[in-house]
Amino acid sequence: MNRIRILLAALTVVGVPMLAHAAGTMEGGARQATNWSAISMFIVFVCMTLGITYWAAKQTKSAAQFYSAGGGITGFQNGIAIAGDYMSAASFLGISGLVYMSGYDGLIYSVGFLVGWPVVTFLIAEPLRNLGKYTFADVASFRLGQTEIRILAACGSLVTVAFYLIAQMVGAGKLIQILFGLDYWMAVVIVGVLMIVYVTFGGMLATTWVQIIKAVLLLSGATFMALAVLWQFGFSLEALFSKAVEVHPKHLAIMQPGTLVSNPISAISLGMALIFGTAGLPHILMRFFTVSDAKAARKSVFVATGLIGYFYILTFIIGFGAITLVATNPDFLDAAVVAIKGPIAAIKGGSNMAAIHLANAVGGNLFLGFISAVAFATILAVVSGLALAGASAISHDLYAIVIRRGRADEQQEMRVSKVATICLGVLAILLGIVFENQNVAFMVGLAFCIAASCNFPVLLLSMFWKGLTTRGAMIGGLLGLVSAVAMVVVSPAVWEQTLGNPKGSAPFPYENPALFSMTIAFVGIWIFSILDGSARAKVDRGGFDAQFVRCQTGIGASGASAH
Amino acid sequence: MAAQDYDAIQRNAKYQKLVRARSSFGWTLSAITLVIYFGFILLIGYAPKVLGIPIGGSVMTIGLPIGLFVIVSAFVLVGIYVYRANSTYDGLIRDVIEETRA
Repeated sequence: MNRIRILLAALTVVGVPMLAHAAGTMEGGARQATNWSAISMFIVFVCMTLGITYWAAKQTKSAAQFYSAGGGITGFQNGIAIAGDYMSAASFLGISGLVYMSGYDGLIYSVGFLVGWPVVTFLIAEPLRNLGKYTFADVASFRLGQTEIRILAACGSLVTVAFYLIAQMVGAGKLIQILFGLDYWMAVVIVGVLMIVYVTFGGMLATTWVQIIKAVLLLSGATFMALAVLWQFGFSLEALFSKAVEVHPKHLAIMQPGTLVSNPISAISLGMALIFGTAGLPHILMRFFTVSDAKAARKSVFVATGLIGYFYILTFIIGFGAITLVATNPDFLDAAVVAIKGPIAAIKGGSNMAAIHLANAVGGNLFLGFISAVAFATILAVVSGLALAGASAISHDLYAIVIRRGRADEQQEMRVSKVATICLGVLAILLGIVFENQNVAFMVGLAFCIAASCNFPVLLLSMFWKGLTTRGAMIGGLLGLVSAVAMVVVSPAVWEQTLGNPKGSAPFPYENPALFSMTIAFVGIWIFSILDGSARAKVDRGGFDAQFVRCQTGIGASGASAH
Repeated sequence: MAAQDYDAIQRNAKYQKLVRARSSFGWTLSAITLVIYFGFILLIGYAPKVLGIPIGGSVMTIGLPIGLFVIVSAFVLVGIYVYRANSTYDGLIRDVIEETRA
């Protein structure tokens, strides 16, 4: 009944943007003007999600419900939520913008983000569900020293979450400034506060539904845009591409690889960060505990892979649509720049705005408002997932098991989790403001790299290699974490662009160090494990067989309902 | 949860079959995924012009179907795994649990 009431309430609010739309058109089309149709549609989204949070809060009584929605999410729902967690505003606006700027190169980039999913399905998803309860540290520390591995996994999680979160907050602030005409700090505060509310009150259940709604909205909006573009060209791809080649200053070069992958080593290293990082992102791994069993876990990755792949195909069409419909329309271009640099570079607000302007071109001001609101919602959903993963690492891994040695009661643990969420939210707001004028583009790559070099090796080997010991995992994992961060600091993106050293002076030549830091982690774990003759090592190796049986069969796996 | 004897499970023929079949299938599919993706990346790195070959007389290049293939292959490989797991592995797991129930 409750759900129906919330839906009805939401439906009545949907009428509001129609009125605000009229106000929006009177405001005029200046980019900095407050965009009322976008804001009112965003308010509708917020009201809906707050309604869901209220509903979720009433069901969220136990720790199992808080961390994993009691394992009661279906495989299909979880698949949509995973896609929602993964399709960030950065990938929607960034990749369509990249396609708009350089055509084919955008496709190469999106492919890298997709191929991690098969690897997650084949190697990670089911063992993870069979062995874990709330966090991936449950799995990594299953037979190893609880204290050491929990600390390592929590560090890996928190560092990954921190960099990902900063990148999202800064991106959110900048984007919302352009889309809504709000001040940067206001945007960052709104995102931070809503994130805190969703997670502290609604836990995993609310976070999941925020992801699902956002994924459905984003996919519907992107589908509509792609269809509208194709419709303009009589559903002929040939016609669309011909027009794009004619309009774009690079002409035929947009139909083939350009400069994005100029150095194969660099490309392979980035590819490894994207593939294995996906399998080590704490907020993604956590989603596998929300379903009832391994079968549902595998179904959810199947759904997620399909949706994410479909989404990247849409962004490709959207990017080409922007070339043909945005770069040819003086309304979206800066006339002074067109004369010097041509139409593509002259896009108002930069290439990230390609999809936004295209929304205006194909659907008018109302659809522009819708897509802007969806972009805002997208950021909110992604940061909520991150905050929950970070808070769980603090409350479940560090507080309940390391500090209280597993003797904390559920209510205490949940209280710590909520306090941790509030602290993370406040910290995210502060860091978002501090990093406003910094180049944070490298941070998402760094987050993936740390996940691939610390979380992933420890997790994978703990599940599949009998010889892994606590000491090996600890030292190797730390080496991976430290080397990843160190190499990023001395890479061109940070050394030259952020720290301002002269061009060409960066000691590490490649964009992403995953190829090297992952090797260091795996070799480190291997060497320090085989050399480990301690008493603890005997326990670690002795525990493997029983763990492996549970990993393969799910016997003893934590069940679907609260305990 | 019924108390299960881990040794009994490990000795169970169906359990051994399950572990062998699933591991080799999972690692094989992972390898295929990596070969397809890194093959694509190496092609871009070392022979970008190949992907720029036009299809017939159109502006479309063979890079487009190849890129699309990489995306679709990810989904299809996951689908193949899920199908195999649902049709074979789940049944084996059920049998193992039945046969070794203490």
